[in-house]
Amino acid sequence: MSEPRFEVQVEHRHAPVQAEAKHPNTCPKCGSHYRDDELAAALWVCGQCAHHFPMGARARIEWYADAGSFQEEAADVRSDDPLDFFDLKPYAERLSEAELNTGLGEAILIGQATLDGHPVELAVMDFAFMGGSMGSAVGEKFSRACDSALERGVPLLSVTSSGGARMQEGILSLMQMPKTVCAIEELHDASLPVFTVLTHPTTGGLLASYASLGDVTIAEPGALIAFTGPRVVQQTTKEKLPDDFALAEQNLRFGHVDAIVPRPEQRPYLSRLLRVFA
Amino acid sequence: MTDRDHEASLRQRLSGLSRLPLLRGARLNGEAHRLEKQLERLRKDTSDEAIWRSVELARHPDRPYTLDYVERMIDDWVELHGDRGRADDGALVTGIGKLDGRAVALVGHQKGRDIKERLDRQFGMPYPEGYVKAMRVMELANRFGFPVISLVDTPGAYPGVAAEQHGQGGAIARSQALMARLTVPTVACVIGEGSSGGAVAIAVSDRVLMQENAVYTVITPEGAAAILWRDAGEARKAAAAWKPDAMHCLEMGVIDGVVPEPDEGAQKDHDEAARLLKTALVEALEELEDTPGEELRRRRRAKFRGMGVYA
Repeated sequence: MSEPRFEVQVEHRHAPVQAEAKHPNTCPKCGSHYRDDELAAALWVCGQCAHHFPMGARARIEWYADAGSFQEEAADVRSDDPLDFFDLKPYAERLSEAELNTGLGEAILIGQATLDGHPVELAVMDFAFMGGSMGSAVGEKFSRACDSALERGVPLLSVTSSGGARMQEGILSLMQMPKTVCAIEELHDASLPVFTVLTHPTTGGLLASYASLGDVTIAEPGALIAFTGPRVVQQTTKEKLPDDFALAEQNLRFGHVDAIVPRPEQRPYLSRLLRVFA
Repeated sequence: MTDRDHEASLRQRLSGLSRLPLLRGARLNGEAHRLEKQLERLRKDTSDEAIWRSVELARHPDRPYTLDYVERMIDDWVELHGDRGRADDGALVTGIGKLDGRAVALVGHQKGRDIKERLDRQFGMPYPEGYVKAMRVMELANRFGFPVISLVDTPGAYPGVAAEQHGQGGAIARSQALMARLTVPTVACVIGEGSSGGAVAIAVSDRVLMQENAVYTVITPEGAAAILWRDAGEARKAAAAWKPDAMHCLEMGVIDGVVPEPDEGAQKDHDEAARLLKTALVEALEELEDTPGEELRRRRRAKFRGMGVYA
């Protein structure tokens, strides 16, 4: 139970409320603040309120994979700019900025690894790279992860975090939906299990393609999992949104995920799955 | 260069771009002038104004909708209602009938003509129940060996609270997965606006066609402008940047052919638009019918796997 608080709200007619820029290490739910090493040691989970901070793809792979077992694949695949796209900034510039800021070549990392000795193929997304959006390069890398799993006859472990299609690539980004679906269907045909971990946020074209096609699908607590996010639903339909609208908890209640698994329990959970399917 | 050589070189350029012999419909009908006109459009590199014209025509209130085509193309039409679980979604109609003598299943988005029908059909934006219904009918088609025709015409899947709770994302994903598994010939045609996952959900087909003035986009131009320019009024700019028109989609390898429309657009002459569409669909089916199901499926998956441009 939290302490009783008095809330006073003043409505300004003209001044829009500026979202307070919080330090990334400050918990948005309870305000606790952590040092980098504290957060890393706690798997980026708030010790006070169990809020799950975003977790980078490299950190997650390091944690899931047995020490030294990860071998990255398709590291050289990069996005192209087929439309010479320019919105407020050129797309090419956005791509280089994202690469500089994240140290990643694209919004997904793929490769071979073992988890508690079980060989798996990993395909892990990173929201920090252009909102984890799926363009041609992400679609291609995910498809190659499926190929690699198929070739070696191992399960695919997919971790998603994405706002959806990468608008800057137009119709080609939409086509990554059927592309990744076709790739994952090859694994289903070969009876190779696909495990999916939905993390905050998994929305739009990602949820409407391979993210929804796992044999076992789990979600992180509090993750936003929606085809259309709350802001757009509110704006277009003016409907009143339920409190936990489109969050992992609602998705579990409506039957869209198998379980909500907090980060500290994920590795044993996945290990158990791998033993069952071995 | 003679006119003949000129046309041949245009045809060759086009076939190189689309990996297909020719513009559909135009070849069978021998409508040389129409072909010439379309090739001319391609050669000129469609202007921003022409793209916006397509966007406007694709959403023209008098444009024929799925049921207008069904009425004119399909004999012995039997509409099938309901997803057998929760509802019958009017935004996506499904049914069976005969196309040029062969039994087919047809699924298609349906917008409404008047205000009441528009509301009843949610402006052509299906709930998950609509996609579940489409999957039911596609499975039926697969059982009986009926080819599946999809007519795409939607601003997107419905963005509402109930739609999310009923699993909009999952329904769209599973519909695509089912289409990637079918062993019957499948042909889709974008007949108006094909926007977002709501469109591609029923368009993972062996042959994907677009009418001359249809558009195929990742999101509506207004939605795109609101996200990227933070101003829905920039829709024209978004459309110009995205190039959602048929010629550019053909050039990018996203579709397999363009279906001609009557002069000034399909809204001018529904009967002629339907005749041209039927010709193109029959031609596409004839190309696919002799291929074994497993091979169709293999090629279909390979086609979609090849989409995208990366470095």
